[in-house]
Amino acid sequence: MFSFGVIPIYAFINSFLGTDSWIVEGLLVATWESIYMVFISTVISYLLGLPLGVILVVTARGHILENTYFNQVLGSIVNAVRSIPFIIFLILVIPLTKLIVGTSIGTIASIVPLTLAAVPFVARLVETSLKEIEWGLVEAAMSMGANTWQIIRKVLLPEAKPSLLLGIAITSINLIGYSAMAGIVGGGGLGTLAYYYGYQRYEDTVMWATVIVLILLVQGIQSLGDGMANRVVKRRR
Amino acid sequence: MIKIRNLTKIYRTQEQEITALNNVSLDIKKGEIYGIIGLSGAGKSTLVRCINMLERPTSGRIIVDGEEITSLNNKELRTARQKIGMIFQHFNLLSSRNIFDNILFPMEITGAAGSEARARVGELLDLVGLSDRAGSYPSQLSGGQKQRVGIARALANQPAVLLSDEATSALDPRTTHSILQLLKDINKRFSLTILLITHDMNVIKEICHRVAVIHDAEIVEEGDVLEVFSNPQTPTSKSFTSAIMGGDVPEGILGDSSVGTGDNISKLVRISFIGKTAGEPVVSTMIRRFDVEANILYGNIDRVMGTPFGSLTLELIGRSDSIDKAAEYLQSRGLKIEVLKDV
Repeated sequence: MFSFGVIPIYAFINSFLGTDSWIVEGLLVATWESIYMVFISTVISYLLGLPLGVILVVTARGHILENTYFNQVLGSIVNAVRSIPFIIFLILVIPLTKLIVGTSIGTIASIVPLTLAAVPFVARLVETSLKEIEWGLVEAAMSMGANTWQIIRKVLLPEAKPSLLLGIAITSINLIGYSAMAGIVGGGGLGTLAYYYGYQRYEDTVMWATVIVLILLVQGIQSLGDGMANRVVKRRR
Repeated sequence: MIKIRNLTKIYRTQEQEITALNNVSLDIKKGEIYGIIGLSGAGKSTLVRCINMLERPTSGRIIVDGEEITSLNNKELRTARQKIGMIFQHFNLLSSRNIFDNILFPMEITGAAGSEARARVGELLDLVGLSDRAGSYPSQLSGGQKQRVGIARALANQPAVLLSDEATSALDPRTTHSILQLLKDINKRFSLTILLITHDMNVIKEICHRVAVIHDAEIVEEGDVLEVFSNPQTPTSKSFTSAIMGGDVPEGILGDSSVGTGDNISKLVRISFIGKTAGEPVVSTMIRRFDVEANILYGNIDRVMGTPFGSLTLELIGRSDSIDKAAEYLQSRGLKIEVLKDV
């Protein structure tokens, strides 16, 4: 199942660690698959979730596009999707995944449930970030004659930028966890490696190596998110 | 410039109705600085926010620069708002933009953010004295500087009217003074109509030409600032003017005044003076000419729109007819006399 050829660096790592070559190769490929899945899912879930979050904010009571009925319906849908445990959600969307990707097995197929599960999560995160913005700023823009789109693009989103960046980090970290679950039902990545090789074949080394890689990934993403958010905040201070 | 007719605003919640404005009518002339003063909750903030429709009036009409704001659709309203500048108590600057881009912001909204607009930002920075802070972010400025940016931003689209919603209420007295001077300067230079609301009589005193006193959702008094100051008609206006004029004589002073002996009586009077008479030695003339003694208990002089305006609390001691003559003399000199206590 490992599609990558043996890259010279494996030989070096193998001799250094004294392990079997397939473990390192497997780890590298699985890590790459996980990063790939999480990255694509994060991007697509923001393409869909960001507008959804914005709509949740601006249609709320007293906001610039108040439509409480629509807002409540949308909010309920978001809540409904969020209340399904991911492991069940994975199975529920299999028909849809097959429809879009053609198969329900593998990295690309995993992107469908990952993205769909992340969209409502992202929407709520975005909503929270935008709600923190002082209403006075929106009013100031309104007093200048700004339209809805200008208020969203020039006030809400730029003002919430640091908080939105942190939200992206939280989403990707969540998706790393989800992707491991997807791996158990054949989604590829670190989850597959840990489950089939670490658990079912009793390879403790594989299990622990996976855990370490996951920890490093999460740490890395969080630091990246913090760093980017801080850079924005610092510039404004 | 601004005509307000029978403006009423009622907030309806499920449990109750709150009348924030009750049948308010006002006329604000072109080029004047008009102040609306009231205690918190009196409805003044609602009133100013109705003028650019940040609050929708329940009924009534508002006409700004010949255009009936209250009858516009959303798109027309946005265009009309571009000609009504507004400054706020908490400045409301965008933390995501530096000072230059904050001032450019309203011109981006009107779609005029070209090189001409950038030059205009330069002029405005000059006007408010912040040319050296163009690249700073709002959080790096003091409150007074932030309000200067707010003013520059409000002027960007060359508005016909500037609305000020408690613009100096978050500032210390010295900064308040400098911001008021800036507003006064802008009013003179561009003959810009300014409508401001405040709870601080000092603001009215310092820059307003006319004032309206709002109490419990209604305008209770309106007129030239000097007139309202020198002759307040309602309890609300009296409390506002006395707050800065010291119109209330402390209890202790009233009680301590000496009691007349023999034929002499003692009268406690307050005289108020406006303008020229404030510079004349009326009291010493009175003492020389009439057989009365004057004991000065309390005095205060101030300027309202550049005109001296003051009050003096005196205890006059002498024969009853001398005191009456002295009082007549003071009145003949254009002073207003009020007897506080007759002994």
